[in-house]
Amino acid sequence: MKRAFEIIDHVADVGIVAYGKDAKELFSNAALALFSLITEPESIEEKLQLDLEVSSEDMDSLLVEWLNELIYLFDVERILFNRFDIRSLTRNELDATCYGEGIDSMKHKIKLGVKAATYHMLKLEQNGDGYKAQIILDI
Amino acid sequence: MARWQGQLIRVDDYRWKIPENYKTGMRVPGLIYASQEMLESIREEQTPEQVANVAFLPGIVGYSLAMPDIHWGYGFPIGGVAAMDIKDGVVSPGGVGYDINCGVRLLRTSLSEAEVRPRIRELINTLFLNVPSGLGSEGKMKISQKEMNQLMVEGARWAVNHGLGFEEDLDVTEEGGCIGGADPSKISDRAVKRGLPQAGTLGSGNHFLEVQVVKEIFDSHIASVMGIDEIGQILVLIHTGSRGFGHQVCTDHLRIMEGAISKYGINLPDRQLACAPIESSEGKDYLAAMACAANYAWVNRQCIAHWARESFSKVFGKSPEALGMKQVYDVAHNIAKIEEHTIDGRKLKVCVHRKGATRAFPAGHKDTPRRYKEVGQPVLVPGDMGRCSFIAVGTEKAMADSFGSTCHGAGRVLSRGAAKRSMKGRDVVQELENRGITIKTGSFPSLAEEASQAYKDVTEVIEVVHQAGISKKVAMAIPMGVIKG
Repeated sequence: MKRAFEIIDHVADVGIVAYGKDAKELFSNAALALFSLITEPESIEEKLQLDLEVSSEDMDSLLVEWLNELIYLFDVERILFNRFDIRSLTRNELDATCYGEGIDSMKHKIKLGVKAATYHMLKLEQNGDGYKAQIILDI
Repeated sequence: MARWQGQLIRVDDYRWKIPENYKTGMRVPGLIYASQEMLESIREEQTPEQVANVAFLPGIVGYSLAMPDIHWGYGFPIGGVAAMDIKDGVVSPGGVGYDINCGVRLLRTSLSEAEVRPRIRELINTLFLNVPSGLGSEGKMKISQKEMNQLMVEGARWAVNHGLGFEEDLDVTEEGGCIGGADPSKISDRAVKRGLPQAGTLGSGNHFLEVQVVKEIFDSHIASVMGIDEIGQILVLIHTGSRGFGHQVCTDHLRIMEGAISKYGINLPDRQLACAPIESSEGKDYLAAMACAANYAWVNRQCIAHWARESFSKVFGKSPEALGMKQVYDVAHNIAKIEEHTIDGRKLKVCVHRKGATRAFPAGHKDTPRRYKEVGQPVLVPGDMGRCSFIAVGTEKAMADSFGSTCHGAGRVLSRGAAKRSMKGRDVVQELENRGITIKTGSFPSLAEEASQAYKDVTEVIEVVHQAGISKKVAMAIPMGVIKG
């Protein structure tokens, strides 16, 4: 199976390259990549679920806004997610249910405080194999 | 990344020009402050491309500038300075950065190295307990929404009015610790939610609080005006910004401006350069929100300075006044400011974006604080935790050549991952300890990311701005104790 995502190392910061057979899988894998940077994904259990709706101007910016939504929930509500059910996705709207749990400092080791997803060097491509996206994160 | 192949025309020993015809769409040439030796790593990093990209922004005047600590940023390079005519120019949140009003505050003390070194561990432990730091750190102040609205408008004064610091601190803070025009109605609920628990925290990453020892004085007259009198004197340096609050303000307004670029027909080579005319509603709203975040950052540094003074008091059994803990200065190095500059003989009101760059106003300038009217505004340039930091002052040449701006620090050369790999198997804490530096951190992984070899040598950076005449170096200090977020 093709890799779900890769982490790229950038001089100023860190980025992710996510793949997907379709756009829904791409968005889900990008979110998984984000939380794999923040903590060990295996340490997250599905104890709560949250419905999210995100909208934006186009699919590139929708991807950035989707990750920023999750970063906000991590920073303010202190929630870690490990599964994303993208129920519907158009070029500028996303509807998803996210599964995870609140941060438990005894259980979760926070590796990195991701603060924002940026538009910098943002790339979203569709080819014969599916979708690929690159997003640089501010940490 | 491939090496940047464009043309860099030598202007003099310390300035390199990217001609306006390098790329179609550039409105002004680029100009990079660097020594010949620095050019190779600058090319390797592709940063001249970012300098050229900034030159696309409508209303930019003079040059798209970069300081010698330039490194790759989002859209704008870090170390970038760009001035836009307020009549037809734009403001860009990316030209300020996510950490709005990230900056540096310096306190002097009357203590000597001989008095502090034997008690440095106790001092660092006390500071670590009193100054909340680290990933997701929450402050010890409980702030209500109403108070949050007040502090966004009042800036550092809010903290002073709450007993955190002295009135005279405000006189030696850029903008008096408060940018006008702050409007909390331009701040999203999300930004407030991120900001409330983090007020009065150091944060993580490259933010720190250092106890330093003066090692060299280059200009004893100017140093004495700052209260820096002798080698071996103890200083305290605080480096932090607006935390998650500034990030959310930047994220919110980048998104708004993303939508505005097509509305105003602006053509950009990188989406992260998203911007809007200064006079448009989007531009005005951003500046009003940016002011809120800048003021929040000044509150942050004001609180941390107060707790640093309290910690010294506790350890040395004397009041902050008796310990001579006066503030030297506080600078913002991620900010956009409306200022008056002379360009091609014409006086113009411009919006100066400084992203990883410091204001460097000369002696006599109306915005140089009274205490420094004769010598110039202090410029604080922190290095990395293993090396040294510099104190300089602004000059007339900075006004003439660089929109009253200079460098802000060392500038990263290794990615965080590469820095971590280079330190693999090495004990960063022990290595620092061997060199007489005591460190306390909440996050050991991030410590390796901030190791010395991840940064350019700040000594080379300060040499360039000093030789180019846009700052005058005054003193150098080395760390003795560090709190790293």
